[in-house]
Amino acid sequence: MAQLNLAAISYSWLPICPLAIVAVSAMIVLLVGVHVRDDESESLGALTLVLLSFAFMFTLGLLGRSGIAFAGAISIDNFATFFELTILLSVALVVLMSIEYAPALGISAAEYYALLLFSTLGMMLMATAGDLIVIFVGFELMSIGVYVLAGFLRRNVKSSEAAIKYFILGAFSTGFLLYGIALIYGATGTIKLAAISAALAGPLATNPLLLSGLGLLLIGFAFKVAAVPFHMWTPDAYEGAPTPVTAFMAVGVKLGAFAAFLRIFMVHLNLASAHWSWVLWVIAALTMTLGNLSALVQTNIKRMLAYSAIAHAGYILVGMAAAGPQAGGAILYYLLGYAFTNLGAFAVVIALERRGTAGDRISDYRGLAARHPALAGVMTLFLLSLTGVPPLAGFLGKFYIFSAALNMGMIWLVIIAVLNSVVSAYYYIRVIVAMYMQEGGAEPSPLDSRPALIAALTVAAIATVLIGLYPNPYMAGALHAFTSAFGAVSPTAALLVR
Amino acid sequence: MTPPSWFMALSAVLFAIGVAGVLIRRNVIVMLMSIELMLNAVNLTFIAISRALGSVDGQVIVLFVITVAAAEAAAGLAIIISAFRNRETVYADELNVMRW
Repeated sequence: MAQLNLAAISYSWLPICPLAIVAVSAMIVLLVGVHVRDDESESLGALTLVLLSFAFMFTLGLLGRSGIAFAGAISIDNFATFFELTILLSVALVVLMSIEYAPALGISAAEYYALLLFSTLGMMLMATAGDLIVIFVGFELMSIGVYVLAGFLRRNVKSSEAAIKYFILGAFSTGFLLYGIALIYGATGTIKLAAISAALAGPLATNPLLLSGLGLLLIGFAFKVAAVPFHMWTPDAYEGAPTPVTAFMAVGVKLGAFAAFLRIFMVHLNLASAHWSWVLWVIAALTMTLGNLSALVQTNIKRMLAYSAIAHAGYILVGMAAAGPQAGGAILYYLLGYAFTNLGAFAVVIALERRGTAGDRISDYRGLAARHPALAGVMTLFLLSLTGVPPLAGFLGKFYIFSAALNMGMIWLVIIAVLNSVVSAYYYIRVIVAMYMQEGGAEPSPLDSRPALIAALTVAAIATVLIGLYPNPYMAGALHAFTSAFGAVSPTAALLVR
Repeated sequence: MTPPSWFMALSAVLFAIGVAGVLIRRNVIVMLMSIELMLNAVNLTFIAISRALGSVDGQVIVLFVITVAAAEAAAGLAIIISAFRNRETVYADELNVMRW
């Protein structure tokens, strides 16, 4: 039996600095939170923002570095750093949205912000993971925090129901993910991602144990990114959860899950792509079609955005099915644009809400342009970006992914995707029509007293336009980030990729 | 020595029972128990593989899984209690405020 050699484990703290900062931040927030009253929790939100910006600066310092730490358990490269930065930015926006939301609803702020930070830690762990067990721990750290956050409005029937549905199906998917890890471990004898990709170069690629492991792993991730047919929890969980948490689920959880999903499948299992590419083809087609068709009939804006999030997961899966570095870079760019656009849309939903979930029907948006032109204007911007109208971030994201898929010869999948984009325009533009051409609807609570929410809206709107107008630096960064992940793959595998 | 495939088969059966439990039973607490069964079935797989390969990785993973499952159960039961206070039910069918 092999001995565990402690001396052989390389302790290198630099790569995990951002993770350590977020972990310590969460504990600081918990400690300080003892002295903060729940109805005056703005200061705690501000503290969370400051701590997040520390983590962000340290992560920026890691850009360009690459290597492994803790005997391969942590792999740091631009891929990980890209996701860490995007996750930190998204969480900062979620905190900005929560600063005025939390005290208004009597949310216990210390636990709320601490859980947000712990979940963030889980997401970042998934992005930097170098072996399957770190992915599992990160996956659970992210999920358990979000289960609790979804049910944070304890006296709200919808919120607790959302938490139960999300928890049961999320924990169910964890079982599949873990069984997948076990079978891959059995087939290859290792849990290190780099060693697994090296093993795939041999005759192992068609091992039934490995393939069933891959299938189970795929199910686990498909649940988390809300891909059809594992999406049933999404609309209920998104509708019932407090809206900043919904935004966090739609963006943060998706970023974390896709970080690990992309790293495992598109990077380390790239050699076995013949075995999983067609599965993702089918899942992508189903996800886009079902997500968009179900969104057409929704009357609740959060539910509509939930189905839209499912559809967007489908577009990303188109890129995954295509495989290859071009598609990978396109997905990273897409996720960046998607994060800001979606967070912005949810920030508008928060602006229109009164006391919890009231005011989230699409009919509440009627005549918003007359009462609050600025709010209607940014909402239009976000919805057009989600539809994929140039020159916004959403358009180029879709364009890059679809052209990558075309280059790989997936003509039918791209046709399905483009048709789906056309369908999606109907339900996004329906909201714009309601805002500009209809009358009645809800009165938004005055925005003047909510500077943090205004800041979140402004940042999201500027980023949506900027990423779309000046795509080159972001796209180049995304492409570079994606290819950097191949550094950890064995040399032979890396050669085959090029 | 019992061949590892026997353990693998046993854990596959246990996992299937867990999956069936989640899909068939409507009591949320029983569903949670079925999920625990799934996780423990996987633990058995890890131990069996670990023994067959002579590597300690699998045993270390099991310790992680037990810890995570405990945290998950704690959070899950808290969520179930909070839902029960609102609705006085633990049956998944009756948690139907949101439907399309």
